[in-house]
Amino acid sequence: MKFKIYRYNPDTDNAPYMQDFDLDLQAGDAMLLDALMLLKQQDDSLGFRKSCREGVCGSDAMNINGRNGLACITALSSLKQPIEIRPLPGLPIIRDLIVDMTQFFKQYHSIKPYLVNNDPPPETERLQSPQDREELDGLYECILCGCCTTACPSFWWNPDKFVGPAGLLQAYRFIADTRDQDTAARLDNLEDPYRLFRCHTIMNCVDVCPKELNPTEAIGKIKDMMVKRTV
Amino acid sequence: MVNRTVTGAHYGLRDWLAQRVTAAVMAIYVLVVVGYLLMQPSFGYDTWLELFTSNVMRTFTMLFLLSLFYHAWIGVRDIVMDYVKPAGIRLLIHVLVILALLVYVIWSVQILWGM
Repeated sequence: MKFKIYRYNPDTDNAPYMQDFDLDLQAGDAMLLDALMLLKQQDDSLGFRKSCREGVCGSDAMNINGRNGLACITALSSLKQPIEIRPLPGLPIIRDLIVDMTQFFKQYHSIKPYLVNNDPPPETERLQSPQDREELDGLYECILCGCCTTACPSFWWNPDKFVGPAGLLQAYRFIADTRDQDTAARLDNLEDPYRLFRCHTIMNCVDVCPKELNPTEAIGKIKDMMVKRTV
Repeated sequence: MVNRTVTGAHYGLRDWLAQRVTAAVMAIYVLVVVGYLLMQPSFGYDTWLELFTSNVMRTFTMLFLLSLFYHAWIGVRDIVMDYVKPAGIRLLIHVLVILALLVYVIWSVQILWGM
């Protein structure tokens, strides 16, 4: 199998370059991450993140043949060769396929990704009806891998001001939660020409999400709620 | 002034909604005008003149143009926000765009009711 992998070590390289790799491997059921691990045996300077290797931790998000995805759940047999692997676009490179996610998490933290409830905690837990709980399906599953946000041109252009699809999906996750008491402040926080409304609904986020979530729909629901409270 | 990223101008929703409403007005206008013109047996200066002497048509056209200008303002402002980083120059361009659009409004009234 043939690979072309983005290499850049800011300590030794003047500029990033693409390195060719050859791997003697039958695709079979193997995932891209398996191949990367074998390639690391060939060249142990190759840098990438990984942890759970089953699409739960979100560490090994990368740009695979031009599309963001998780290496650990991308089947080698589904990829055209040479398999071109680059880091997630739009974020600073630390080394090779490892990107600096600071800006991504800054935006995530800006939407207060936690339940705000000032009532004294009940003895057992804060209950929800099954219907209210259902509203959180498709929202809570996000693993914050960053595939969607780094596929979004609005985020590439305004990473300091536009929250990005992952952050906005989580914003709606807490707006939709009936146990949360901060809805008005959460909507205020997003009612700005940059933070939410830089989304122009091109749906790259939906296209790449490895968990098949739909940030665009969540963004639409936030807009609906803003309209509802205004008119 | 410290150099910090500031967000939180509370007009995101208003402009987003306005852009959608003005788009709907423009779409309806185009459909009505194109439909009307297609239904005419012959098409010439007479048809055009007759269409625009009616005050209903003039008002509808003015509504279309106002929608267009407001829609354009939001779009152009978004582009300027994306590409012009120094706030002072951005403000200057915004003011120039607003003044130009106001001139277009006056000009439109002159064209539609000036004959």
